[in-house]
Amino acid sequence: MTSKPKLVFMYLFLSIVSLISIFPLAWMVIAATNKSIDVIAGKLTFGTNLVENYKNLIGQQPLWGNFWNSCKYTILVTVFALIISSLAGYGFEIYRGKAKERLYSVVLMSMMIPFVALMVPLFRMYSKLGLLNTVLGFMLPSLATPLLIMMFRTNAKAFPVDIIEAARIDGTTEFGIFFKIYIPSMKAIFAAAGVITFMNAWNNYLWAKVIMSDNTTQTMPMLISNLTSGYKTDYGMLMLAVFITTIPTAVVFFALQKYFVEGITGSVK
Amino acid sequence: MKKKGLSMKQKQSTAGWMFLVPAIILICCFSLYPALSAFITSLKTGTGTNLTFTGLTNYIRAFQDDVFVQSLKNCFFYLIIQVPVMLVMALILATLLNNPKLKFRGFFRTAIFLPCATSLVAYAIIFRSLFATDGFINSVLLKMGILSEAYNFLGNPLSAKIVIIIALVWRWTGYNMVFYLAGLQNIDYSVYEAAKIDGASPIQTFFRITVPLLKPTILMTAIMSTNGTLQLFDESMNLTNGGPGNASITMSHYIYNMAFKGVPNFGYTSAMSFIILILVAILAFVQKKVGEDNDQ
Repeated sequence: MTSKPKLVFMYLFLSIVSLISIFPLAWMVIAATNKSIDVIAGKLTFGTNLVENYKNLIGQQPLWGNFWNSCKYTILVTVFALIISSLAGYGFEIYRGKAKERLYSVVLMSMMIPFVALMVPLFRMYSKLGLLNTVLGFMLPSLATPLLIMMFRTNAKAFPVDIIEAARIDGTTEFGIFFKIYIPSMKAIFAAAGVITFMNAWNNYLWAKVIMSDNTTQTMPMLISNLTSGYKTDYGMLMLAVFITTIPTAVVFFALQKYFVEGITGSVK
Repeated sequence: MKKKGLSMKQKQSTAGWMFLVPAIILICCFSLYPALSAFITSLKTGTGTNLTFTGLTNYIRAFQDDVFVQSLKNCFFYLIIQVPVMLVMALILATLLNNPKLKFRGFFRTAIFLPCATSLVAYAIIFRSLFATDGFINSVLLKMGILSEAYNFLGNPLSAKIVIIIALVWRWTGYNMVFYLAGLQNIDYSVYEAAKIDGASPIQTFFRITVPLLKPTILMTAIMSTNGTLQLFDESMNLTNGGPGNASITMSHYIYNMAFKGVPNFGYTSAMSFIILILVAILAFVQKKVGEDNDQ
């Protein structure tokens, strides 16, 4: 039996950690409704300045244009990354071969390359090909990620060979098996992989900063980063922008928490 | 019949390659080729696109560059302090939350995991605002009388780094905890109950059961965190802007500045980015070795 003081201590500890985890986000939401001066004074109750902050924000920044950019890039990256990486993961697992295994280890090795090492050569390549400030340019390096390929490969191990054999006898093509049988029966893994890809794409700041130099193509993380560069910070307005940037990931987090957990733990099994 | 079977196999093998083609092309074009090109560029010096081969000059220059050395030290400072603190915290929290009799388990888990819902730039800006001279932390400390005048957390080399560490621990503890919780689910809870009946203290149980059984997971999270810490960018850029001076700048941030601010020196920036790659590889190798040696 756990003793009472120990139990109290445990709940107290967990409550404090939970409070610390929630506080900065709660503070952000509250600050978004207050005047900058009240935020600085440490006010912790909801204010009435939300509309004013919003007007200042859209007056200064292309808020919804940038928000739309972020949504567009993120959704496109997620859809295509899932298709391309699941094809590869499935291909590596189902059609094994010596050459393919060697290739697979190269794919895994490429995981170690830090993004900063790729950023400059890609930037130079993009300026030659006219891919700067384009959606396609943003997407291309994120579509075939070793982590996703690994995740799909591990998952494809659980896909019964009998089903594949039976479908082949029925005359289904190899791609037919993948699209008509594999994908519909593996919805959970697609949800899990989709959630982490969505989060990563939405948060991808460095790459966007390198190639999106125009403020009509920039993303939400870039917008909020720009807001802090002025001499004096309007905290109410800034936190409203930060809040808006957080909404999509927060929605995904709360709606698909189970898949999010499966995604991050499943990707490294 | 046999012949037909073979051609079936061949057909399948060809189809198998078709599954891989898009991913392989993309990885070659947007990962392997640029990495190779960065390596070749790292052996050249010059400005812009006017480059000549000079061997290892850029690598030597990096270690004589005070700012790069500072950024290297900073990354290791973050690594050595933040990663252990975070992983131990995550491990303790996972152990507590693994108890099926715990009340409000779901609430605690969601709350501690919640920081993962925020984008990296967003939380960096929230922490920057909280710790600003006119920020929330200062206003509370002033009101409580702990400080007599506002302290510039982000203006002092040591406290700026500590704020980055606090922010990192806040953002990633829940993330790592999720791995440990998943790992703990594979351990039957009755093992813990048996240990309790045998009179093992919670601390003994933690070190004798939890830690050994979670070792592969701990190793993996350590490698991931090390990799992430050596590549930190968003936090350095948005929380402290590398400052004061370059006291909290990370390697990626410095490379970014050298590549995209002022006259670019692609040879030099490529060399610095390869130093990160080498460090990531060495540390992953060392951690793997340490993990395997302990097994025997």
